[in-house]
Amino acid sequence: MSITIKNLTHIYNEGMPFKKTALKDINIEIGSGEFVGIIGHTGSGKSTLIQMFNGLLKPTKGEVIINGQNLHGQGTNGDKVNKKEIRQKVGLVFQYPEYQLFEMTIKDDVAFGPKNLGLSKEEVDERVKYALEAVGLDESYYEKSPFELSGGQKRRVAIAGVLAMKPETLILDEPTAGLDPKGRNELFEQLQKMHRELGLTIVLISHSMEDVARYAQKLFVLYKGEVAYQGTPREVFAHGKKLEEIGLAMPQIRYVMESLKAQGMNIDEDVLTVEEAAQHLISYLRKKGEA
Amino acid sequence: MNNIIDANNLVFEYYNYDDNGEVKDTIRALEGTSIQVKEGEFVVILGHNGSGKSTFAKHLNGILSPKEGTLVVCGIDALDKDKTWDIRKEVGMVFQNPDNQIVATIIEEDVAFGPENLGIEPTEIRKRVDEALETVGMTEYMKDSPNKLSGGQKQRIAIAGVIAMKPRCIVFDESTAMLDPIGRRQVMSTMEKLNKEYGITIIHITHYMQEAILADRIVVMDKGHVIMEGTPREVFKEVKTLKEIGLDVPDTTYLAYLLQEAGFNISTELLTVEEVTKAICQLQ
Amino acid sequence: MIRDITIGQYYPSGSPIHKLDPRTKILVTFAYIIGLFLINQFIGYVFVAACFYGVVKVSKVPLKFMLKGLKSIMFILLFTVVLNVFFTTTGNEIWSWGFLKVTDDGLIIAAKMGIRLALLIVGSSLLTLTTSPIELTDGIESLLSPFRKIGVPAHEIAMMMSIALRFIPILLEETDKIMKAQMARGADFESGNIIQRAKAMIPIMVPLFISAFRRAEELAMAMEARCYRGGVGRTRLNSLIYKKGDYIAFGIGILFLVICILL
Repeated sequence: MSITIKNLTHIYNEGMPFKKTALKDINIEIGSGEFVGIIGHTGSGKSTLIQMFNGLLKPTKGEVIINGQNLHGQGTNGDKVNKKEIRQKVGLVFQYPEYQLFEMTIKDDVAFGPKNLGLSKEEVDERVKYALEAVGLDESYYEKSPFELSGGQKRRVAIAGVLAMKPETLILDEPTAGLDPKGRNELFEQLQKMHRELGLTIVLISHSMEDVARYAQKLFVLYKGEVAYQGTPREVFAHGKKLEEIGLAMPQIRYVMESLKAQGMNIDEDVLTVEEAAQHLISYLRKKGEA
Repeated sequence: MNNIIDANNLVFEYYNYDDNGEVKDTIRALEGTSIQVKEGEFVVILGHNGSGKSTFAKHLNGILSPKEGTLVVCGIDALDKDKTWDIRKEVGMVFQNPDNQIVATIIEEDVAFGPENLGIEPTEIRKRVDEALETVGMTEYMKDSPNKLSGGQKQRIAIAGVIAMKPRCIVFDESTAMLDPIGRRQVMSTMEKLNKEYGITIIHITHYMQEAILADRIVVMDKGHVIMEGTPREVFKEVKTLKEIGLDVPDTTYLAYLLQEAGFNISTELLTVEEVTKAICQLQ
Repeated sequence: MIRDITIGQYYPSGSPIHKLDPRTKILVTFAYIIGLFLINQFIGYVFVAACFYGVVKVSKVPLKFMLKGLKSIMFILLFTVVLNVFFTTTGNEIWSWGFLKVTDDGLIIAAKMGIRLALLIVGSSLLTLTTSPIELTDGIESLLSPFRKIGVPAHEIAMMMSIALRFIPILLEETDKIMKAQMARGADFESGNIIQRAKAMIPIMVPLFISAFRRAEELAMAMEARCYRGGVGRTRLNSLIYKKGDYIAFGIGILFLVICILL
């Protein structure tokens, strides 16, 4: 599934004294099966942008095109685009999604989405199984109340609630906010598995440079409602100092590599993870030792 | 220096009730926890969710009281119910959700809330509110509504509300968990300022290891026990143990650890970029 | 959509009216309402309207703003007027159709009712427009405190009002968020009959209640941690003090009432 955003501008409260431009002339392309990261700090327009992807917000100007269909234009047969259908295809997980849980059992809560799609009982059950398996919760959880779970588990149930719609794209707004390192790593592993094994396109909104460096294939950096930088993580983090000027940073390990290089070590500073850096250094040091 | 907090063998249990009001199961959140904090110290308590760190924090000003063990806070016996209010004057608390701890609709009114409860003279309250807002750098927002502020700013208002009560110790109960990196940095530097310039004892509960680096001492909790204690260097060098209980270490320390695992002669007692750079250069 | 609702709208302009003690404004507003019900002559309404207009001018709140408030209750206003026109049976009959009758008395009573109601509403909205919610609660607390002896929980009422004011915008925003989250899961709030729509509200109401309870619990804990023990022994940052302007306002209020009685 491809998502294209063309010349999109969004202004809140247009025509009122307290109007606010949230997004300015945004152009974004997300290809089928990509793992995309969107970074930028609070107020950079990230939350507004993700609501564009499934038609929850209508842009003031510009187009949102999903699989060749213009979300706010006329369809080929003159009909309006079916929003429900788009929301099925583009699954959106908001920040702290556990606050939307409402059913007595985990199974029923996850079934809410598929039921809204008007699926048969068998199909709904099958979707519930699919979704809960994807987030790593087995059948022993089905009849439990979602409110008995730990924070990390609640969050996984909420994500399963969106997954049960069988979306082609999954958009997550800071899915690990408030989770401890273990919960965070587990969730990322599961997202990566969904991306690899289920072929989902994943759009991840994050504050953590280390996380997007590790998981994303493509990055968009938002600053004051505009796309400041885009490209592969290596390309984006190569901007180094310029990222600091807009209040962001490089992954911490790059600072170590740059510092080593400045000390005269002939190494590639272009690394994304600590493991990668360690590998570089090990082979470099071994070669030096042999010489 | 004296111990401002002296907790010995604390035991605390949560109960889950079934539909008939019978105890279904018991969760022992604290299992003989002993922690001492000296006056003026900056202590970080690290632990994953459910390790008992937040439960411990809530004992420090009488929100929870232990089933077993002894707890003396600022020289007052915290198990004596009649002294709870005396302890709360000395130990302030900043909670996790910035929205759910601001009471008033105007910022200065909120900062005044604590001193008002203590029955302090209006002129003295005015002075304290102004000073507190000045300390956290929020003076210009004095007359605004808290709804317009960012998460980090709201937490600074909550901190101002606490320091206006002139406590000797402030407990931050996962106060940075819901903030973005900028908000977290703002709150952390406010904490450092309160500790260094005003000599207030700080106890910060968190699972972010970057924040623990700033501490004088780190206490690591797991399953209701204290499993490690020491300076950031002493604690983070135990990379393997920390990873096992679901915690992180700084990337710099982790890099040194990976090199050590590969057979290089490098210490993992490293924290900053400079330290690790120097150590790696010496390997050549 | 939900964020458009504004509650206790306050229009800060720093006028002399804004600077009055909230207690003064509440009491004068009472005088205004009593006056409005005392008079029964058209000339009296002209006098009240003129007084009201004068106060509006001093307050620097645009008249437009107040009339906008009137628009939202237009339905109730029209309903009252229509009811009075058709169901007054005394006086000379002007027009009739079946059981519906319109009399001259009916028209006059309806007109008076309409004017009275409109003046009542714009008059009291001036109170909220010129007094911030927090001042209003302080004023109410102070005015109710003499009744504490007979068991009126003055401080608790004021504290509840102020907490409500603080959390209403947060809960509205939260409703909006939950609604969007459920819409992302295919929930539909716009189609279907009344029962279906009411059922569709469950996925919003349940999380909202849970959240409200959680917030209440956390807030209570935070308040206790800051030594809150109810109203006893509390002092205030900003104590209310009557100033010169307040005495002038009281004078005008009393004069207004006297004229209303005389008319």
